[in-house]
Amino acid sequence: MTRTFSRIVETVADFFLIFIIVFGIYIITHGHLTPGGGFQGGVVLAAGILLLLVAHGFSFARKIPEELLSDLEAIGGIAFILLASLGFGQSFFYNILWHEKLAFAEQVGRFFSGGAIPLMNLSVGLKVVAGITSGMFALSLFGGEES
Amino acid sequence: MISVAAQMVIQGIVLAGIFLTALYALLQKDLLASALMLAAMSLLMSLEFYLLQAPDVAIAEAAVGAGVSTLVLVLGIRKTGRWEE
Repeated sequence: MTRTFSRIVETVADFFLIFIIVFGIYIITHGHLTPGGGFQGGVVLAAGILLLLVAHGFSFARKIPEELLSDLEAIGGIAFILLASLGFGQSFFYNILWHEKLAFAEQVGRFFSGGAIPLMNLSVGLKVVAGITSGMFALSLFGGEES
Repeated sequence: MISVAAQMVIQGIVLAGIFLTALYALLQKDLLASALMLAAMSLLMSLEFYLLQAPDVAIAEAAVGAGVSTLVLVLGIRKTGRWEE
């Protein structure tokens, strides 16, 4: 395909990608302590991947198989529902990991606190990354003269 | 803590910036400049959300408005043409 953006754009996108990914992972993993959470961090990560897509052209999107993104999104959704149904002894979404001190049960405000909430943030983040990325890959691959 | 009058002045400046960037994006014939100006509007909007003490919404607005939607618009501009007919 023809190169429409200069080498400067490609280099800057490559350089800033690592910072965007680190920031997105930070937002997801600290979702129960600071503002943000699974959705916001997932959107930040997806924006990093889309930056790569826009800077390097659409042929990049062909290298990633669709089944991989579809499976990742399914894993995220299933993990969220399973974590929510762990507490069926009490009710749906009952945070049994926190109340029974099973895992992530440190004092409130520490990193390993919150019971199922950090794990749910991780699964929501995985689902959002895979969903937005696959949607944008589909948009970039269908139609257009340079695809 | 900032006084109420200073907060009103800051929010007035931010809201005027949102209005001006939106107007520029509306009137501009260069669609790439228009998309980037919409990103600037989103960034000012997230600053306004932060000033109104909703940092969670501010992060979502900055990520979706200034990140993903701008990249989607740039993707569309790369597919079609840069100039409005």
